[in-house]
Amino acid sequence: MSLMKRISLIFRSKASGAIDRAEDPRQTLDYSYQRQIELLSKVRRGVADVATSRKRVELQANQLEQQSQKLHDQAQKALSMGREDLAREALTRKSGLTGQITDLKAQQAQLQGEEEKLTLASQRLQAKVESFRTRKETIKATYTAAEAQTKINEAFSGISEEMGDVGMAVQRAEDKTAQMQARAGAIDELISSGALDDVSQVGGGDDISRELDAMSSDSDVETELAALKAGSSGSTPPPAIEATDATPQAQPEPQSREKGGPA
Amino acid sequence: MIVRILGEGQWEMSEEHLAGLNELDEQVEAAVEAGDEVTFSNTLVALLDAVRKRGTVLAEDSLHDSDLILPPADASLEEVRELLNDDGLIPG
Repeated sequence: MSLMKRISLIFRSKASGAIDRAEDPRQTLDYSYQRQIELLSKVRRGVADVATSRKRVELQANQLEQQSQKLHDQAQKALSMGREDLAREALTRKSGLTGQITDLKAQQAQLQGEEEKLTLASQRLQAKVESFRTRKETIKATYTAAEAQTKINEAFSGISEEMGDVGMAVQRAEDKTAQMQARAGAIDELISSGALDDVSQVGGGDDISRELDAMSSDSDVETELAALKAGSSGSTPPPAIEATDATPQAQPEPQSREKGGPA
Repeated sequence: MIVRILGEGQWEMSEEHLAGLNELDEQVEAAVEAGDEVTFSNTLVALLDAVRKRGTVLAEDSLHDSDLILPPADASLEEVRELLNDDGLIPG
């Protein structure tokens, strides 16, 4: 038998088994309506859950992107200070983050897709529940218990198929979201532990940053020292400050010594 | 004839398109049976596209049941196998 037919048969037998039969068939309508409303709120909760997960993943991607930008800046700074080794290290770590960012973006897109699908599913179910409610009231008002049965069966078949479909959609979305939440939890832990600051050496802290800071504070001290010396010897401070931006760290010192000597 | 794509909705199809659908359906089924993941996803995409292109979307508030039901577009081969199992994906 064809795939489509097999799925249809199994689906239908499941769906009809899900109906609570009451003694008065008209009561069955109310039971079913109750279940439809419950399912509708379940789908809406599902939409909200998926949205929450999506936002979390978005936030993580942003954090990692900032970190990646920081490593890029560090590499540039290191290179300008002639430390190619540090620049290489920073870029290596950056490339480690790139994979994670790509992964997070893919997850984000997938969650976005789930969110849209569930939103549409909830709209379809809402429309069908509304339609069922109208029909239910008509049946209850118009038919006796004995007459109602066929009309009820007609109304049920469409709605129970939709309920089976939507129930499955929520289940799938939940499963997918749960998988991603586990991974998101792991990344949150990584971010908060600071390990991502230093991808190559877990627990090492941001040593590139430390080294660069140390180098630039050394150079700041030297520059300031040079400026002070220059100031005491009578030359004006502004050129010295400009020199900090343009000249590498080691230069101001010998310059100022030369200047200070003859004065 | 009414066809449902799980997770997407229902389409009204005219009988003339049925042969084409059956052909694609057989290919999907063969791929499921062979456990051929690549052929499965390609043929499933083709089958669902055929329904979407040739069918007319049913009104959202219609309470018609479907004559044929198709797996969701992002279903894996494993999920379709579960769908075909009685204790599969469909919540009771």
